[in-house]
Amino acid sequence: MHEYSIVQALVERVDAEARARQATAVHRLSIRIGELSGVEVELLTTAYETFRERTVCESAELHVTMVAAQWECPACRRAIGRGDLLSCPICAVPARLAQGDEIMLDRIEMEVP
Amino acid sequence: MCDTCGCGDQNIVPVDVHDSILASNDRMAAHNREHFRERHLVAVNLMGSPGAGKTAVLEATARQLAGRQRLGALAGDLATDRDAQRLSAAGITSRSITTGSACHLDAGMVHYGLHHLPWREMDYLFIENVGNLVCPAIYDLGQDANVVALAVTEGEDKPLKYPVMFRKADLVLITKIDLLPHLPDVHIEVIADALARVMPRPLYFPVSARTGDGMDRWLEWLGQLRTIRRDAVVASS
Repeated sequence: MHEYSIVQALVERVDAEARARQATAVHRLSIRIGELSGVEVELLTTAYETFRERTVCESAELHVTMVAAQWECPACRRAIGRGDLLSCPICAVPARLAQGDEIMLDRIEMEVP
Repeated sequence: MCDTCGCGDQNIVPVDVHDSILASNDRMAAHNREHFRERHLVAVNLMGSPGAGKTAVLEATARQLAGRQRLGALAGDLATDRDAQRLSAAGITSRSITTGSACHLDAGMVHYGLHHLPWREMDYLFIENVGNLVCPAIYDLGQDANVVALAVTEGEDKPLKYPVMFRKADLVLITKIDLLPHLPDVHIEVIADALARVMPRPLYFPVSARTGDGMDRWLEWLGQLRTIRRDAVVASS
């Protein structure tokens, strides 16, 4: 259940950003979570609901965008299918994860004086 | 104030961050990494399920490298310091990091652990992570390499079930191979095939900490890490 640690890091970051701008409230957070990031979105949102009380995020809605894993050949950009060997069948080089490992804070919507 | 209509409402502004939520952990990991590089220390993050044989592999490593390399370890443990005690008994200068309820080590815990370990006098630092096949993979600790211990008794499909962990592995040690004669349904080739579907650079060594089988390849790989570290130092000086 590292999702609690992740929420803690998230709230701390939002707190720092809000303080820097003397925000009076935070309304919405937009985050991106990759399929291969190791973060369970359902556990993360539950952890967020529990953790946000009495923090800067108390009234902030959490908007999560899930990102599907996508492997590709770094040379020819051919997509490597789900469950396939992670090597390009043509170029014989190791595949690269093009997307799907994100644990990203994209945007904070806050109220400023 | 909202200056569009003069209603007196406050302004809601979007602030674009586009940064990893774990950025503060990553900064601490970079700090650890800098320390390791300065002292030419090779740091290995050893992960795997509870009971995969992480401690046993390190004990066997210590038996083989005794007197030749200076070994240290930080052992992450939920509730006890048993692993650190076993490692110390095997000749590895060790400290326990008791994580309480935390299912993983983070870079800050490792940094704190280093304060209680004479790491500047070591050639290798093994960070034995908390037994868990999910959470530890997410946190960078400042290590040079990630190694995952996977016991043959865990079943052939574990890599496919825990792709996040195995994707991060530089090397997988398939442990307890001395038990294979008792496991007619477990085949190393099947495990290897599963690894090649979750690791872009699949590298695995079957080993037995008990009999010492396969340990030579693991020790050779550790030696290569040290050569790479030394060459990097020479190149940058």
